[in-house]
Amino acid sequence: MKNLKKVIIAVLALAMLLSLAACGTKAPAASAEASATPSAAAATLKVVEDGKLHMATNAAFPPYEMVTDDGGYEGIDVEIATKIAEKLGLELVVDDMDFSAVITAVQTGKSDIAMAGMTVTEDRKKNIDFSDTYATGKQVIIVKEDSDIQSADDLADKMIGTQEATTGYIYCSASVEDGGYGEDHVTAYTNGAMAVQALVAGKVDCVIIDSQPAAEYIKANAGLKILETPFVTEDYAIGISKDNTALTEAVNKALQELIADGTVQSIVDKYIKAD
Amino acid sequence: MDFWTNLADQFNQAFIVGDRWILYIQGLGTTLLVTVLALFLGVILGVLVAVIRAAHDQQKLGRVNPWLSLLNGLCRVYVTVIRGTPMMVQLLIMYLVIFSSSRNQIGVAMLAFGINSGAYASEIIRGGIMAMDPGQMEAGRSLGFSYSSTMRLIIIPQVLKMILPSLGNELITLLKETSIVTVIGLRDITKVALLIQGKTYQAFMPLIAIALVYLALVMLLTWAFSGLERRLRANER
Repeated sequence: MKNLKKVIIAVLALAMLLSLAACGTKAPAASAEASATPSAAAATLKVVEDGKLHMATNAAFPPYEMVTDDGGYEGIDVEIATKIAEKLGLELVVDDMDFSAVITAVQTGKSDIAMAGMTVTEDRKKNIDFSDTYATGKQVIIVKEDSDIQSADDLADKMIGTQEATTGYIYCSASVEDGGYGEDHVTAYTNGAMAVQALVAGKVDCVIIDSQPAAEYIKANAGLKILETPFVTEDYAIGISKDNTALTEAVNKALQELIADGTVQSIVDKYIKAD
Repeated sequence: MDFWTNLADQFNQAFIVGDRWILYIQGLGTTLLVTVLALFLGVILGVLVAVIRAAHDQQKLGRVNPWLSLLNGLCRVYVTVIRGTPMMVQLLIMYLVIFSSSRNQIGVAMLAFGINSGAYASEIIRGGIMAMDPGQMEAGRSLGFSYSSTMRLIIIPQVLKMILPSLGNELITLLKETSIVTVIGLRDITKVALLIQGKTYQAFMPLIAIALVYLALVMLLTWAFSGLERRLRANER
């Protein structure tokens, strides 16, 4: 009886803690809305740190974002974000983390924008705002050179390697009725490089991942090839908290200017040689 | 959207849509399977290593068995290497280097965690054996028991009772540490939460849910261990 009481008390304490935590996330939302309206007019944006634009990303996704040999960051996303930050009169700071943590960092106000080759999906739109599209990505299939896989039609009873939290994983893990292959045919690794290692070792039969990193991966590992037909084509966008619409508008405006004057295209061309 | 509808909507996305709750249950099964298999392997390895090392250390001066010294050396290398490297690194080496072509992720995880846990358990058990009154061994031997039957029938049962709290500690650590199997792509309950977070871009519900599941499991274990301890104390009254 005494033990039961203890359990009940523990559960109650937890419930109270949780509701407190929930209140915590709600409160800044209200203040953000309040401060956004006047500040937008004054052209000062609400950012995590004054004068800085924090960009959450997973810097293991070449050529969109990667770590340089001296520990800095470079890539298409990083350069576009730098230009956007310039237009907004801010200095760019890159926050590197696991891909699955990128969005949460933006939602909880640890970073201002999330830029990590992110694809817009309906499920995700419910929880975050997306900017306009700035690049188009393809998900491709990497196989071993001697593989019998010719196209996405041959994947039904194969083991597919993906990166956790990417659209490649989401599409493949959907049930067969929804056009996927089912959870049991997909292994989700923490990053793309790990998935490719697993393919080289023969732990999976193919890897489905964005085409640009895929090109880098097959350059680094002999005996792999990319199938000609892409698995799917999709649009990349910047993720911004739903509580900071002023920032979304400002980023969109800057992005449109950069697309119009050809800056975005020249950055993409710099990293992706026409093939 | 007011607070409660928002919460209900998040709950819906995290568990109900696409029957996602089934994934959590399957993930929990994987977590428990890896933990239990690793526990068995860990305890077997732990007892073996502990007995070898204690037997070596308790030899009479001047009567050193060379085979025992060799085994003792091997055990010391094992404990040093396993305790001296991070669990995640061991798991990755096991997955990508040692069993590089195996697709059996549960097997690899079980081995890696069992071997890791064995090293820690062995030190706990050895501590117990060394703390046992030498009179127990002497009494057993003078009654005609062989060394191994004295160990098996007299020493180990008493040691087990003594080290139960520390072993419970090790089991709890093991259970929670299995969450790093996410790096080798095994879909345990933590992985499920991360994957659903990636699908919906909301972290609150999945993470809180699995935190509660881990907490409930650990509370259950704590309760079971204290019950066991109470039962084993029965002869002391």
